[in-house]
Amino acid sequence: MRDTPLSNCERRFLLKAIEEKKRLDGRQTYDYRNIKISFGTDYGCCIVELGRTRVLGQVSCELVPPKDSRPTEGIMFFNLELSPMASPAFEPNRQSELLVMLNRQLERCLRNSKCIDTESLCVVSGEKVWQIRVDVHVLNHDGNLMDAASIAAISALSHFRRPDVAIQGRDITVFSPEERDPIPLSIYHMPICVSFAFFLQGSYLLVDPCEREERVKDGLLVIAMNKHREICSIQSSGGIMLLKDQVLRCSKIASVKVSEITELINKALENDRKIRKEGGKFGFAESMPKERITTLKRDEAPVEMTDVKETANEIVNRTETPTEAVSSPVLVAMGTAQVGEGIVNSWGLDEDEEDEPQTEDTKTGSVDCEHTIYLKSTKPCKQK
Amino acid sequence: MIQNCLKQRFEHTSQLLRFCHFQLGFKSFSFSVLPMTVCPQLLQTDTIEKPAVCVIYPYCSRSKSLHDRAVINCQYSMATFSTAERKRRPHGDRKSSEMSLHLKQTFEAAVLTELYPRSQIDIYVKILQADGGNYSACVNAATLALVDAGIPMRDYVCACTAGFVEDTPLADLCHAEESGGGTSLALALLPRSGNIALLQMDARLHQDHLDALIEAAMTACKGLSKVLDGVVRQHLEEVSVLTRD
Repeated sequence: MRDTPLSNCERRFLLKAIEEKKRLDGRQTYDYRNIKISFGTDYGCCIVELGRTRVLGQVSCELVPPKDSRPTEGIMFFNLELSPMASPAFEPNRQSELLVMLNRQLERCLRNSKCIDTESLCVVSGEKVWQIRVDVHVLNHDGNLMDAASIAAISALSHFRRPDVAIQGRDITVFSPEERDPIPLSIYHMPICVSFAFFLQGSYLLVDPCEREERVKDGLLVIAMNKHREICSIQSSGGIMLLKDQVLRCSKIASVKVSEITELINKALENDRKIRKEGGKFGFAESMPKERITTLKRDEAPVEMTDVKETANEIVNRTETPTEAVSSPVLVAMGTAQVGEGIVNSWGLDEDEEDEPQTEDTKTGSVDCEHTIYLKSTKPCKQK
Repeated sequence: MIQNCLKQRFEHTSQLLRFCHFQLGFKSFSFSVLPMTVCPQLLQTDTIEKPAVCVIYPYCSRSKSLHDRAVINCQYSMATFSTAERKRRPHGDRKSSEMSLHLKQTFEAAVLTELYPRSQIDIYVKILQADGGNYSACVNAATLALVDAGIPMRDYVCACTAGFVEDTPLADLCHAEESGGGTSLALALLPRSGNIALLQMDARLHQDHLDALIEAAMTACKGLSKVLDGVVRQHLEEVSVLTRD
């Protein structure tokens, strides 16, 4: 199903608000929405909520033969899926540009930065290695899928435990979780993507755009960093023109945001670990508060509302009264009437062409004219 | 071994661009005779060869046409013999789709699309031999193709890669340097205004080195734009001499 197009007045409103440094939900320019990370009962499953954007990350592993060019390294496979569940604009089984971009960015952010020690995933060199597969599913799309997906992926990878293996000669024994405790993956660092949306030819930027803001953006800059201030990947998209100092400024903002988010992830992991050790209940069902009716409840948006009445009154008093609308058609001749004035002819005809003798056939009876639109009557008329 | 090679390279020059040889196309129909313009370009740098072809159609499929601008389509593909191992899927995989997307975005920013409403400009790039810097060579080849086609652009779009090895920025990386695990940054620049049309960086780099790296890439692009300009002028002279006789 095609997405409803954004109306012009909504677009203008959003851009005007951005010019005045205001956002729809009352955030500041560099503020993130509330991030909530919850883990499931299995190791390696996590849901990230960034405002109303929800993303599920799941990690699984399998023993496979390694690639020929790298016999001692494990394999990492990333997959991001957009289903119509996330937004009616996503069609099932269609390779859209957004999907390609998100997948490639996730791969570059996590694989090229070598955040996981792939050598430790080797079981028998040249024969069996662990293949770690990260699946990210978007459950709800409310803007900024990239950041949510990267947080989900890295949280799921940090939470995941792979089965223990024992090698005796040529025999490999894989222990189930009941026999031996599964082992966590060795993660060097946590790369997290931060998205910057640019508006109005690059003069304004916003961090963490929501879905409406994303629709009016000119372009996007995604910077993936870790908390040690190392940049893991930069990608600019959307055909905007950037200046070097804009990029440098964005990287400084990103480093601040990334350290906050990394702390959040670590805290969530720590909480989960504590609950599991104490034997308490864990999982998605526990992370949802039970006693509240959640469907009709909306969080309050932190928008300044004290002077709304005065500003509204001012605006109403300042505007002029709307012009009278012409309602009745004007009868020009028998068979033709005119309603309103047409727009200027944009076909670029010169003035001279119009003065030439018009030798069109009388049957059609229409003449190109600059300012008026003629309505033809239903029965064919002989004269113009 | 790679470390030694790299050390040698930046002992001599750390900012030198590899020798580039641009060869402009041999066929280009004039605009008024045919409804479409085709101009193949062969871009040959020291080790990479890429032909780029640019086609402009005065009409476009209904679903994709824009009422006020031209639509730019790019298709990027690699010949199966271009890399060391035979490529089994030359186009349609994720990397090629991403490359095509990036090329499209770069040129949408640079070409004056408002002058061709409801039209379509196709850019096809095929890599014959890959030795690092695929994206940059594609952008340069496509720029020359567009110039040869006579499509108005804001400025030459020049692209170059830059890397960071042992605290020294290197410009224009080759395949060994790129896959050696160091940082690589690809930058597409409009030299006169200094606007960055596309910025893409992989692998880890400390934030403090970013400035130096971007600066190195920008200097290399500016040098490249002079080379491109010289080639275009030379080609124009030759063509005007031939057509005069």
